[in-house]
Amino acid sequence: MTANGLLQIALYFVALLLLAKPLGVYMAAVYENHPVFLKRILATLETGLYRLSGVKPEQDMGWKDYAAALLWFNLFGGLAVFALQMLQAYLPLNPQQMGNVTIDSAFNTAVSFATNTNWQGYGGETTMSYLTQMIGLSVQNFVSAATGMAVLVAMIRGFQRTHADGIGNFWVDLTSGTLYILLPLSFVLALVLVGQGVVQTFKPYQTVPLVEQGRVGNAVLPTIDELSVGGHEKHVPTLPSTQTLALGPAASQIAIKQLGTNGGGFFNANSAHPFENPTPLSNFLEMLAILLIPAALCHTFGTMVGDPRQGWAILSAMTLVFASLLFVTVGAEQGGNPALTALGVEQSVGVDQSGGNMEGKETRFGIVNSALWATATTAASNGSVNSMHDSYTPLGGMIQIWLIQLGEVIFGGVGSGLYGMLVFVLIAVFVAGLMIGRTPEYLGKKIEAFEIKMAAVVILIPAFFILGGTALAVMVEAGKTAVANPGAHGFSEILYAFSSAAGNNGSAFAGLSVNSSFYNIALAITMLIGRYGIILAVLAIAGSLAAKKTVPTTVGTLPTHTPLFVMLLIGTVLIVGALTFVPALALGPVVEHLSLAAQHLEQ
Amino acid sequence: MTNHIKPAILMLLFFTVLTGIVYPLAVTFCAQIVFPSQANGSFLGSNEQPLGSELIGQAFNRPEYFWGRPSATSPVSYNGGASGGSNQGPTNPVLIDSVKARIKALRDADPSHSEAVPVDLVTASASGLDPHISPAAASYQINRVAKARHMSTDSVRELVDRYTESRQWRILGEPRVNVLKLNLALDQRLK
Repeated sequence: MTANGLLQIALYFVALLLLAKPLGVYMAAVYENHPVFLKRILATLETGLYRLSGVKPEQDMGWKDYAAALLWFNLFGGLAVFALQMLQAYLPLNPQQMGNVTIDSAFNTAVSFATNTNWQGYGGETTMSYLTQMIGLSVQNFVSAATGMAVLVAMIRGFQRTHADGIGNFWVDLTSGTLYILLPLSFVLALVLVGQGVVQTFKPYQTVPLVEQGRVGNAVLPTIDELSVGGHEKHVPTLPSTQTLALGPAASQIAIKQLGTNGGGFFNANSAHPFENPTPLSNFLEMLAILLIPAALCHTFGTMVGDPRQGWAILSAMTLVFASLLFVTVGAEQGGNPALTALGVEQSVGVDQSGGNMEGKETRFGIVNSALWATATTAASNGSVNSMHDSYTPLGGMIQIWLIQLGEVIFGGVGSGLYGMLVFVLIAVFVAGLMIGRTPEYLGKKIEAFEIKMAAVVILIPAFFILGGTALAVMVEAGKTAVANPGAHGFSEILYAFSSAAGNNGSAFAGLSVNSSFYNIALAITMLIGRYGIILAVLAIAGSLAAKKTVPTTVGTLPTHTPLFVMLLIGTVLIVGALTFVPALALGPVVEHLSLAAQHLEQ
Repeated sequence: MTNHIKPAILMLLFFTVLTGIVYPLAVTFCAQIVFPSQANGSFLGSNEQPLGSELIGQAFNRPEYFWGRPSATSPVSYNGGASGGSNQGPTNPVLIDSVKARIKALRDADPSHSEAVPVDLVTASASGLDPHISPAAASYQINRVAKARHMSTDSVRELVDRYTESRQWRILGEPRVNVLKLNLALDQRLK
């Protein structure tokens, strides 16, 4: 790697870790209902909202009650997105006159955005009206993220409380997360992004004449005059003389898409599109936004349980796994594609080119920023992309799939990443307890059979749906015909799709044609259970923990803030992830890597 | 359990208005005041006669223009209304054939040139709209463009240098050349 590449990566980590601490402490204050500045300004709005909707903010909810409120809210949110897509042709703010979306695609997209997955079977600029993007998709970007954060906060309360019936009030947690955390951050980020060139307008798409007119090769291009009288169909319809540029209120949606680990692009190419991510600076900020809240929440956790070291320990575990896998990805992509070297393509890095495997990558980002983004977006369950993952080298692509399969706990989604990681913490202390022959404890709570059963559910749900879904898809014709790349890579495309859906990531090996009834429905079911099955198990753990007494720390208690415990936690995550998924990965990326290496060994 | 239905609907309505209407309108309002050009697409030229967006590449095929990244958008390349990459995997034979064809096109347009081709010039970008090529890819084409325009390579190189952007703040991203701006400058249409 070049010195500049290292510098850019170092800068990213420094900015992330510096910003995470103050934001984490601030979020703790918000969720603990301290009178932070924004809360004092918006207090009337908040109390007015509660009065209007009949919410009693001081009322504590048991875990089942909390879950019921969450599910009703998410159900109506999903229905609203579904209805908007089915009716958008009749609604305003549709300058390109987009038609209504097909029913299976609308269902898939509604589930996808409500579950914080933002899997996209459609292309944004060719499918969705401005209205659907704004009041359907953008809104779910906010509230699905706030939902994940609420579940995390409820789980943290499980550790905080003793002999308690309740784990908080879902409506208050939802409102706090949206109003005081996501909305102000998004507003600031959106404006900075517009300054860099991200579009934010309600104008219709703009058509411009192309600079190069006339002859292309042996074909004759129509002139603008011919085009304007409609004569172009008789000439060469594939060679246009104008270019139509998709526009829209993109910046406001992109800001929350990055901050809320949503990832659903305004345009089809997501953050590879120059109007969605125009400059290296916009790229840096959007990448920072992917991991910012998930990293900060570790500090929120440490602050709320009264021991910041516990937050640091988890953040260290996440950062170590992330950094190691990042260097594998950068190395694989910088190495380039041996099949192209054989054709006489210059792929080595130099002062005047980034070199490497540039298929599906943008020049302004080069290798380092593409690989960094790809690793961050799959470590977190963000799923936005600034390069096309399908065209990565086999090893680069394998890291992405595996990071998702680890359970989206290396930073993970906002809220969901940390509650998933806390489940792995429970398993780690349980394993340690077995080794030393003591009842496992974490933060003063005894970890018993119920918690471990629920933790097993959290781990088994995605494993079952990733492996089972992939197996089903490769057995039925509808699953196989969607594959775009032949051989082992085609299998990787399917494995990626089900991993992405179960982990609520949303990125894809996008060559797979997923806008079909089979994939729309199979992946929607996977997303639903991957999201709400896990949320229910986590809330059950929270309820059970809150009801327990707190046991005092003794010399026999396993300390959970030490480097030893960090290593134990990393080991637990990696071993579970490896044992479950290495056989499947061997059939896809590993085979592809070996065949690529074997073909070009002699050259 | 059903006591949550009313708050669920009313809360959703409230957040739809706040984050779905008030928020994007507020961002649009501020953006149109502070950054009107960027917010509307960073178009070059005048409002009445835009020359294209400086952020969106266009297709160039003739020898007297610098060529940009191959674009995989459909039905035509550089389709500003339907972005996307090729999504071809590294072992896909279609990718290998496409790269072969692109190398051949470059060599045919400038037979005197037989060096290895910079990778970004023969691989499709992620968006299909990449406005940039690497400085190496621009250098590779200077000879051809100079010959086709009956200009000296030095004067073409001078223009390339002028439209080469370094890393942002000298650190971020990669050095690059804006193909549309460079070609407009060659046509002397850029002030």
